[in-house]
Amino acid sequence: MDVNQLQKRFVDYTTTLVQEKGFLDDQFNQLQQLQDESNPDFVFEVVSVFFEDTDRLLNELGKTLDQQNVDFKKVDAHVHQLKGSSSSIGAQRVRNVCIAFRNCCEEQNIEGSLRCLQQLKHEYSLVKNKLEYLFRLEQQILAAGGSIPTWNE
Amino acid sequence: MVCEMGDDYDEDMDIEGVSSMWPEDVGSESGKRFTMEKPGLDKDMLEEVTITEDISQVDFKRLLELTSYSEKGSSQLANLVKNWEYKQSNAVRLLNEELDKLSRQRQEVELKKLEILEDHQFEGDAGDKRSISILDEVYDIWEAVPRRKSNVVVQNKRIEIDAEYDTITYWKQRAMQLEKLLEASVQREQTLMEKLQENIKTLERQSSPVEEFSQILKRADNFLHFVLQNAPVVIGHQDKDLRYRFIYNHFPSLQDEDIIGKTDVEIFTGAGVKESQDFKREVMQRGQPGKREITFDTGLFGSKTFLIYVEPVFSKAGDTIGVNYMGMEITDQVLKRERMATLREEIAVQKAKETELNKTIHITEETMRAKQMLATMSHEIRSPLTGVVSMAEILSNSRLDREQRQLLDVMISSGDLVLQLINDILDLSKVESGVMRLEATKFRPREVVKHVLQTAAASLQKELTLEGHVAEGVPVEVIGDVLRIRQILTNLISNAIKFTHEGRVGINLYVVPDPENPGKTEESHQNHISDQSAVAENHQKEKNCSEASHDQTCNGCLEQNGSPDEGPRTPVKHLTPADESQASETTVWIRCDVYDTGIGIPEKAIPTLFKKYMQVSADHARKYGGTGLGLAICKQLVELMGGRLTVTTKEHCGSTFTFLLPYKISLKREPQDGPDELYDMEEHEIVSDANNDDTVACYFNFRPRTLGSLFSSAESMGTHKPPPKSFGYDPLNKLKIQSEKPYSFLSSNTISRESDLDACSVTAAVDSVSDIESSLKDLEPSESYAVCGGKTCQSNSNILKNPMIDSHDYGETCMEVDNKDEPTKSQVACQGQEQETRSSQISSCSSTEPPKSDSKPRILLVEDNNINVMVAKSMIKKLGHDIDVVNDGVEAVRAVQTHNYDLVLMDVCMPVMDGLQATRLIRSFEETGSWDAAVEAGIDRLEPSSQLQPNCLHAVPSRKRVPIIAMTANSLAESADKCLANGMDSFISKPVTSQKLKECLQQYIPC
Repeated sequence: MDVNQLQKRFVDYTTTLVQEKGFLDDQFNQLQQLQDESNPDFVFEVVSVFFEDTDRLLNELGKTLDQQNVDFKKVDAHVHQLKGSSSSIGAQRVRNVCIAFRNCCEEQNIEGSLRCLQQLKHEYSLVKNKLEYLFRLEQQILAAGGSIPTWNE
Repeated sequence: MVCEMGDDYDEDMDIEGVSSMWPEDVGSESGKRFTMEKPGLDKDMLEEVTITEDISQVDFKRLLELTSYSEKGSSQLANLVKNWEYKQSNAVRLLNEELDKLSRQRQEVELKKLEILEDHQFEGDAGDKRSISILDEVYDIWEAVPRRKSNVVVQNKRIEIDAEYDTITYWKQRAMQLEKLLEASVQREQTLMEKLQENIKTLERQSSPVEEFSQILKRADNFLHFVLQNAPVVIGHQDKDLRYRFIYNHFPSLQDEDIIGKTDVEIFTGAGVKESQDFKREVMQRGQPGKREITFDTGLFGSKTFLIYVEPVFSKAGDTIGVNYMGMEITDQVLKRERMATLREEIAVQKAKETELNKTIHITEETMRAKQMLATMSHEIRSPLTGVVSMAEILSNSRLDREQRQLLDVMISSGDLVLQLINDILDLSKVESGVMRLEATKFRPREVVKHVLQTAAASLQKELTLEGHVAEGVPVEVIGDVLRIRQILTNLISNAIKFTHEGRVGINLYVVPDPENPGKTEESHQNHISDQSAVAENHQKEKNCSEASHDQTCNGCLEQNGSPDEGPRTPVKHLTPADESQASETTVWIRCDVYDTGIGIPEKAIPTLFKKYMQVSADHARKYGGTGLGLAICKQLVELMGGRLTVTTKEHCGSTFTFLLPYKISLKREPQDGPDELYDMEEHEIVSDANNDDTVACYFNFRPRTLGSLFSSAESMGTHKPPPKSFGYDPLNKLKIQSEKPYSFLSSNTISRESDLDACSVTAAVDSVSDIESSLKDLEPSESYAVCGGKTCQSNSNILKNPMIDSHDYGETCMEVDNKDEPTKSQVACQGQEQETRSSQISSCSSTEPPKSDSKPRILLVEDNNINVMVAKSMIKKLGHDIDVVNDGVEAVRAVQTHNYDLVLMDVCMPVMDGLQATRLIRSFEETGSWDAAVEAGIDRLEPSSQLQPNCLHAVPSRKRVPIIAMTANSLAESADKCLANGMDSFISKPVTSQKLKECLQQYIPC
């Protein structure tokens, strides 16, 4: 596949993620715009941190909810974190689940919380796959000698 | 006659309860009647009962005539006759029956007689029985009967004789028997005769028809009287000349002779009399009975309403010979009816009103709904549009060729326009639907004016002078909705700039007496008036010499301000502490003029000026663009805040938009506000502690006296008229100096970080500088200005006079000037200033350590979320700022303790300490100057890692108010309220975008 095709696919894929599936929102575009020569891997870096954070938080959440007496304050704090970061990278479906999750926390609803956690994991893995695919595309473009198409280009 | 009145009443009739239809005071005669009735019931009346005269007043002759001539009368007579005849025939029938009975008895007797005779004949010659019968001829219908009967009788009789036939005894017996029978028959005959006599006698005794008639009449009369006794009716008959011939009136006030033979008009006078007479006449003419309601108002019985029934009376020949009339008093009913009518009318009106109101409500609701929809729609449009515009803006920061940039510029400006329009619509609908809530926050009017002008200057693309005058007497700090006021000012200023091609645009701010309660404080009143006139004059003058060079204009201003004829202004008048401390809160009316020397507004356009979507003309709209909503919003906002927005304008000369707003001044902080004022207050306040309060009032207009205190070395400068503080922006500077950091002169306020802001407000024009400068030379011969290649910039001179506490700020200012203003940008002019600043700085700071070197970061980001930090940091970097990042509230407080920041971006929800508390602690320090609150909250003072000495630590953080912007995940109003209530200045909703950050930073720190 030549660079142009890859670039086109990259753009299309991003657009699809944002517009059609709603996995990502404008905020992701914001990230992309922040990436420039001085900061060429910005999106990747941020998203990587997001993955790390989220993995950790999901793990924590699983543990916390598994306990006899669930510390909802703790759960809520975790979800708040997750909500903040997902909203910052524009993972809006994850963020939406976080909102529902926090409502469950408020109600001290364990079942709802567990359901939300499941959903969160599901959405997270989805968006993670998409983003990873996106990064692979990026790598391919770079490997092919092209540049990542961003709004700045 | 009078006495007889009472006779008519039965003793058991209680007439006392019935109210008279005549008024009590009708006349002496009627009065007597009424008084008589009352006691007369059980005593005298009974004795007089014998006389049965009735109260009807009758002309008997006439009655007779009537009965004989009028059709009605004769028919009535005929009736009576018929009645009588019937009775007579009845009597005849009864008599006949009686007669029949008698004749039958007689017949029987005859038969008996016959029998006897037959018996005789049977024995001897019974053959000529018939010739004997006397009734045979009369009753021939009975012819057959006797024969049969006689047979039976004969048989019976025969058995009765028990003696032997044909003997003497037999005949004797027989003769005796017959004798007896004869006797009985004779007797019967006698009785019959008697009866007959009797009957004849009774027949004779029977009464005459006349007597009977009169009895009948009397009965009818009594009956009528009984019925009519207490009825409020008048019955009468009038002849064809309408003269009364008969009247029945239960409560007569006039006697017979006063009425009979007279017409209505002759009897009464007053309203209604004529009408009733006419009506009667009319009835007579038409020959048809009629009813009418007539209201009388006569002297005789007052105001009464009668329902009158009038029927014509015809003679047998069919001519009208008079009228019968009947009147019933219905005054009460009429009153009731009228009241009912009024009520009904009112109800109808009420109903109509209700319907109208309902309609209005409906319409209003519809309108509101429509507006709501518009608002919702606008909101929905705004969100994506913001995205488009901000993306475009980001795009514009990238490398583009010229054509692309042009396209992008169009895109951005169009987008901005649409955004503005939508924002305007939202604002309007907010105000109109009453959901616009006004915040009440403390703010500094001078600062607002400054910022507005500064913002306007930043985007100025014309050669215009922007200036601002804030008169003395305007409080340093007032309470109001600063955002809205800023919005109004910005709107008016941008309007002014839009329609001004050359000359100047400016803001005048001064206190005026309460328009609703004038003359509250005489002193300030005078003061304000003079201010006003002075400003007006200024304005006038400025207009007049708009063609003249700027320095002249400025001189003009100077002279105006200081000219001796402005008596009231020369002695400085301020609100004394006594005045202000009268209440903890007072209201001050501040008038704001936004003037320009632009195209003006034609008179015919003024009425629609403040209407929505209205522009002066389609031509203007094409030429200048805009939505036509700006002024409408301004007006609505001003009115919402309880003020007025007016305009005075002259075509081709300029316009002045004026708004008057009430502000509250909180005076609670009065005693301890000295150090607090540091930030934006005049430094001389601190210097001249003698008249601390006075300086508050003379911020922009320096008086000789204050000058003296301000420039201690210039006491002799009393004759000098320093210009008012003026914020101006010289477009030339902007064009030339990329850094966009022009310099203010004569600003007493360059000490703090604000110096950057102040620096933006610049003198009228470069050319004028030398002039003013020369005056400055006199004022401050030793420092504060420098001339570089014909262009002058001078930093403020009074740095030296600032208290030590601020010295570090100067150091920082100095450092920053070094850091930021590269020589290439700040140009020649700035060099001198820098040096100047630095030298004065150094001299002033000689006792303290030099400023710390790590003062570079100007923005502090407080955020616990790694990703958010990364993103925000990157964005801020991209906007060209450096930031420090800390992760919670405690760290934020510590950072503020050790560094000076121009802006703090504060996450609200954080572990350890949230943003709200951190903000409160920082504010507490700014207000009190101590970190006690923070220590209490468990934040130990960090030992400075820098080279700062401990004794300097206290002085390091500037006590000016650092803008703190909340970053909230929830941008709902309540959350915003919370932020503001905790001392934050504004908020950005998350996720943070470049656009939001940019807008916010622009507002608080100079770009």
